[in-house]
Amino acid sequence: MPPPAGGTLAELSSTALIAVVVVAVIVVLTLLLLVGMYNALVRRRVEADNAFSQIDVQLKRRYDLIPNLVETVKGYAAHERNTLEAVISARNKASQVPIAAVAQRAQAEGELTQALGRLLAVAEAYPDLKANANFSSLQEELASTENKIGFARQHYNDCVGLYEQSRQSFPTNIVAGMFNFKPRDYFKLEEPAAREAPKVKFT
Amino acid sequence: MNAPGGPTHGVSGGVRGTGGGPGSGGVAAGGGASPALDADMRKRISAYPGTLTYIDLIRKNKRASAVLIVVMILMAVAIGGVIAAALVTYLGARPSDLIPSAILGCVVALVVAGIGSVWSWFGGSAAILAVSGAREITKDLDQELFNVVEELAIAGGIPMPRIYLIGDSAMNAFATGRDPQHAAVAITVGLRSKLSRDELQGVLAHELSHIRHYDTRFAVLMATMAGLIVFACDAFWRVLWYGRPGRSIGSSREKGAAPVLIALFIIAIVLAIIAPLIARLIQMAYSRRREYLADAGSVELTRNPLGLASALQKLAVDDEPLVDTANRGTAHMYIVNPLRKMRDAGQSLNSMFVSHPPIKERIARLMALAR
Repeated sequence: MPPPAGGTLAELSSTALIAVVVVAVIVVLTLLLLVGMYNALVRRRVEADNAFSQIDVQLKRRYDLIPNLVETVKGYAAHERNTLEAVISARNKASQVPIAAVAQRAQAEGELTQALGRLLAVAEAYPDLKANANFSSLQEELASTENKIGFARQHYNDCVGLYEQSRQSFPTNIVAGMFNFKPRDYFKLEEPAAREAPKVKFT
Repeated sequence: MNAPGGPTHGVSGGVRGTGGGPGSGGVAAGGGASPALDADMRKRISAYPGTLTYIDLIRKNKRASAVLIVVMILMAVAIGGVIAAALVTYLGARPSDLIPSAILGCVVALVVAGIGSVWSWFGGSAAILAVSGAREITKDLDQELFNVVEELAIAGGIPMPRIYLIGDSAMNAFATGRDPQHAAVAITVGLRSKLSRDELQGVLAHELSHIRHYDTRFAVLMATMAGLIVFACDAFWRVLWYGRPGRSIGSSREKGAAPVLIALFIIAIVLAIIAPLIARLIQMAYSRRREYLADAGSVELTRNPLGLASALQKLAVDDEPLVDTANRGTAHMYIVNPLRKMRDAGQSLNSMFVSHPPIKERIARLMALAR
């Protein structure tokens, strides 16, 4: 005699219920995992964006320091016009290149660094200028700003490294592909000229 | 933190302290020079693999200190359980109460650990600074110090911490604050005046690494757990000493439960003797790990192991006995142990009970990175 239909149905439905619950749990866990990976990718991207804007902040800070420096040097060494003008023009040129054009901007900033290096080398020849408290304070501020630019770049590159690591490693790369997380470039100094120490001519 | 991608190294490798560059204000002369090495140091350095990077050191120390935190919490919970069970038995509970009281002991330990975490959240930063006699300074008082810290805060991607000066001629520095948003670094006048810019950078990068690694918070947690263990064991002894045994020890003999109770008691007594010692050992091992971690973190920020190595060399030969305001409670926060007699503990058994690794070993690790 076959078992009552109700019993089979009840058994079947309880098995089905368990199956549904198991599937639901798996789906929910997978979703949570995906959300976690997505959020981690977003966090790293935002960190990289912040780090990038910090580079810009420091570059602007250097522009702000330059007029002061030039004025101070002018007071003691007005006839070093060429050097002073080179700094001003390098500054103006660099500040006009948008930060998004990384390679061009990096080159312009490199030229500015060199012009500044020449200016500071020239200043060495003026003991009165070197003794000026305002000048030495500006000099420290400028040196520190150069460090800050370097450190901001280092931090940005570290952030890009972490972002790229998440973006490319399994299984986060699946989420990254699904939501179109774009690759990011390191902030490099492409121009070899920008890395060279400033050349000083004693004439 | 993990490895930045390969291409970054070439780029950031160029970032150093001002190191006598055109604009360093002439203060940094000789700052990046390697400390002189004797045969012992050369041996220590060569003990590290040639491919060692700060990333390896960071990973290794993070793993080790996570293990130590877990061990400490497990130990506190286990001791809470055993001692609670032993005490209620001693005071006359029935054997059937053993398990519930053990569980209660574990729960109490966990709750106290939770309270410790909360306390470390709000705790002590202001008090620590006040106790050490530190006063906050502004940029116009020390432009270079401010710039160095600001540079490192940018390198680490954290907000600028407040800066304090301690009017003490001993050479030391520490960091405090529950998170990078509420952080402060303090440096003694003695250390500030004796370091070049690169050395200063290395030392402050070590302190900022403590901030980035949330070390103040974890140190308070570890201290709370260790304190809890000592307190539980102490309470156990006091009850044994002053308390009166309850009836169940006698009556349970008839029910055949005596061997279990006696075993429990022996375990409790042994634990009560050795647990406070072990807790202290774990706490100090943890502290030493965090120092190595902060040293590696310093290199992560500056990419220049020589600055910190050279500063540590100066600290190693410092004659000042201690920072006047430091004590065993605050010693672990400083860059080198402020308690002179603890500093040279070297390889002896004593070295297991101190908060800092031997300075020589720290220098050797840094020099191994600089090879």
